[in-house]
Amino acid sequence: MATQHSRSAARLMMAPAVILLLGWMLVPLTMTLFFSFKKYLPLRGGDLGWVGFDNYIRFVTSSAFWPSVLATLIIVGGVLLITVCFGVLLAILLDQPMWGQGIVRILVIAPFFVMPTVTALVWKNMFMDPVNGLLAHLWKAFGLTPVEWLSQASLVSIVIIVSWQWLPFATLILLTAIQSLDSEQMEAAEMDGAPPLARFGFITLPHLSRAITIVVLIQTIFLLSIFAEIFVTTQGSFGTRTLTYLIYQRVLESQNVGLGSAGGIYAVILANIIALFLMRIVGKNLD
Amino acid sequence: MARAVTTQRKIINTAAAWAVGLLIFFPILWTVLTSFKTEATAIADPPVFLFFDWTFENYKVVTERSDYARFLWNSIFIAGGSTLLGILVAVPAAWSMAFVPSRRTKDILLWMLSTKMLPAVGVLYPIYLLFIKMGLLDSRLGLTLVLMLINLPIIIWMLYTYFREIPGEILEAARMDGATLRSEILFVLIPLAVPGIASTLLLNFILAWNEAFWTLNLTAAKAAPLTAFIASYSSPEGLFYAKLSAASTMAIAPILILGWFSQKQLVRGLTFGAVK
Amino acid sequence: MKQNTSLSLVSVAAILAATAVHAETTITIATVNNGDMIRMQGLTDDFTAQNPDIKLEWVTLEENVLRQRVTQDIAAKGGQFDVMTIGTYEVPIWGAQDWLVSLNDLPDEWDADDILPAIRGGLTVDGELYAAPFYGESSMVMYRTDLMEQAGLEMPEAPSWGFIKEAAAAMTDKDNGIYGICLRGKAGWGENMAFLTAMSNSFGARWFDENWRPQFDSEQWATTLNTYMDLMNNYGPPGASTNGFNENLSLFQQGKCGMWIDATVAASFVTNPTDSTVADKVGFALAADAGLGKRGNWLWAWSLAIPTGSDATEEAKKFVAWATSKEYTALVAANEGWANVPPGTRTSLYENPEYAKVPFAAMTLNSINSADPTAPTVDPVPYTGVQFVAIPEFAGIATQVGQEFSAALAGQQTVEEALAKAQILTAEEMEAAGY
Repeated sequence: MATQHSRSAARLMMAPAVILLLGWMLVPLTMTLFFSFKKYLPLRGGDLGWVGFDNYIRFVTSSAFWPSVLATLIIVGGVLLITVCFGVLLAILLDQPMWGQGIVRILVIAPFFVMPTVTALVWKNMFMDPVNGLLAHLWKAFGLTPVEWLSQASLVSIVIIVSWQWLPFATLILLTAIQSLDSEQMEAAEMDGAPPLARFGFITLPHLSRAITIVVLIQTIFLLSIFAEIFVTTQGSFGTRTLTYLIYQRVLESQNVGLGSAGGIYAVILANIIALFLMRIVGKNLD
Repeated sequence: MARAVTTQRKIINTAAAWAVGLLIFFPILWTVLTSFKTEATAIADPPVFLFFDWTFENYKVVTERSDYARFLWNSIFIAGGSTLLGILVAVPAAWSMAFVPSRRTKDILLWMLSTKMLPAVGVLYPIYLLFIKMGLLDSRLGLTLVLMLINLPIIIWMLYTYFREIPGEILEAARMDGATLRSEILFVLIPLAVPGIASTLLLNFILAWNEAFWTLNLTAAKAAPLTAFIASYSSPEGLFYAKLSAASTMAIAPILILGWFSQKQLVRGLTFGAVK
Repeated sequence: MKQNTSLSLVSVAAILAATAVHAETTITIATVNNGDMIRMQGLTDDFTAQNPDIKLEWVTLEENVLRQRVTQDIAAKGGQFDVMTIGTYEVPIWGAQDWLVSLNDLPDEWDADDILPAIRGGLTVDGELYAAPFYGESSMVMYRTDLMEQAGLEMPEAPSWGFIKEAAAAMTDKDNGIYGICLRGKAGWGENMAFLTAMSNSFGARWFDENWRPQFDSEQWATTLNTYMDLMNNYGPPGASTNGFNENLSLFQQGKCGMWIDATVAASFVTNPTDSTVADKVGFALAADAGLGKRGNWLWAWSLAIPTGSDATEEAKKFVAWATSKEYTALVAANEGWANVPPGTRTSLYENPEYAKVPFAAMTLNSINSADPTAPTVDPVPYTGVQFVAIPEFAGIATQVGQEFSAALAGQQTVEEALAKAQILTAEEMEAAGY
């Protein structure tokens, strides 16, 4: 009886959240679907009639489409790889006994508090600028020709900038996970003479798998839609045009809402493929 | 007890950790330092680190040109409002997921997360039209709602994982004592979950504060937060490193300070159920 | 108790403030964060003193963000702004859509006939003036007189591309961080493509032929781009492919550029001793040509327009008239000197003997007058606009073309590849637009 009561209560309590999110998903999605089947050019008078799947075909056959999917995957993959690897190392380091651990932790998590626009501006102007940037000065100090980061190593630069932003987040989650590691198990392994690398591979890493999954899941959600970092630094040139940025160009720069909306639908599909893939893993790992 | 640690190893750890920490923090430090330089010193070759004539000129210029207080207030209002509103909606939802789980609970949770994957750029036009219809453009209310919806899945997930750690028996005992559902949540669950709620609040405040797409595109003058403030300094004419640094420092300082003071609370709940 | 008093004080103040607000109209002005606009914001006390019932709200944004915001707002009819800062590219397109309020009825004292004909023509559609020019610009060569002297060269008043190359080679001294020439390389229709399109005109290239067929496969475009690459790769600064107007300005002010071909408004910044380390060593010349009768200079005017969605049209007009008036010019001159007045909009300014003393005044006027939006290049074209094509699709297309050219400058592809890609993507977009 109590269960009966709480089941309906539970449904009632879930309702606001579910209804809000359903609305937030369905209303824009329906409108985007609607636009995607139209020739809709605000600067040419707006709605110019139905065009069937024209926009969808045009969007994928455009010479910019596949490179943009690739750029998206490279950026997301690169950032995930860097943040997870360095995140694990950093978490292990921060877990060691040391002086001033609290302050170091503060230093490490600070980048997470900086807004993406500011991050991008600071890196672009004060570090990666080939004339006045600090990295250029550093290169010159070693007698090297400064790297033109944002043009010659554009994708790498974006990955560096975004990784700097997300490394603290990964480190924090991984650190909490490491701290919950059973120290007796570790000690036992140490007594048995297991070398550090083996201890890391057989005890620490398996213990962290859950935390790593979560880092990957959350970061992927955010990374798929990064925009400010590209808008501020390269504006999509030099091969940094991600799918999100391509849609931005179609909708806002070309003011072709129909075409951009079709792109939006593709992005939703791509995101859901990745999500499905991730959730398979996460679902297994979550309980 | 704990592993014996030689002093030597502790020294090495400390040195390594501090080096990495300072390296990661350096861009922020450099920005803050640059904000106290003149434009000429800011681009000096070789770069000047600490020994220059410190000046507040850039801050003066920036505050004279922009109404910083208003941008700041809008940021606080929007980030705070959306977080509180989000918690209000999320607590009941997370309660039912954690304590009355069904077969579909996990699916619902993952579906909620998937709504975050909707690309903002793709739906800007529809949302803009809706906002015009509802008169929400350039209003703090509209932006608060949007940011609440964007972050709601994260809030629910965090609370859900935190609530699950709380033994259901405690809640049941309260129910046996005749507590209503409302008081069960308000007076039993929430006090038990304070650390989790605190870190959820903090994380979402940060996320909302730093959101730079909707905040820029749905506002003009009245509701524009600090992200718009930064957009007016990003590449003006001529030398601008020092002024840009000052504006950047002003935009990130409030959240940085908040984050530092509350990092213990933030860290404690930031597990997303990763710790078992 | 004390708290109560202060609380009631606050509420009284709030009520007072509310009544005060009620009586006045607020106009929201979207503007770009350029020096002249920032200066105007600082001088608005003069306007609000004359019009105490009008309150001004500023939305100051960086150029790219500004364009995105105002275009989005006007296209979706959001009505968030009462005054928008837009350029000669947007005005004809938006005006033709009836999205802008006609300014033909501005008061007589405003003196529309005083506006430079080239600028006025660019802001007029079917006899209706749709925007008031705040400042007008063309482009010209700015060069370092001291470096030219060292190199033993003398800049003619109207140099050719050949001479530009010679001078760039002579002035380049990379060991000392001096680059012979700085040009825009950052991708964007208003960045590298503004420069390159204007430059291409002097080589006789065009964007489209009379049947709207893209012309990037033409020999003239190849010549344009090859000349540009040659200059930039040999004598340009590192990282040129990410340099736009602002980056180059900063380089020139630091004394790192021998020559810089860019907007005439930059003249007042590079000669301003507080910002520029080379203020007293700058000379000016007309933009270069290739002997085909057209020069590579553009024509642009940042202008103030009122969208039809505004609910305070009358108040907005008052503001626009004030900001673009002769009185405003005089106000700036009185406060900040003649060199800092917004240039390039009014005949009367160039007839003013005080202004004639400004070193770049004559060159600016000559440059503006030598640009012809209706016949921008050697061969006839179906469009108007010197460094742009006044069709709605242009911004999107040119930004993507600009990215290909920028990538070529960064050495990621050859000139031929960049031109081929530009040709394809322009054809794609034009087809999508229904040409």
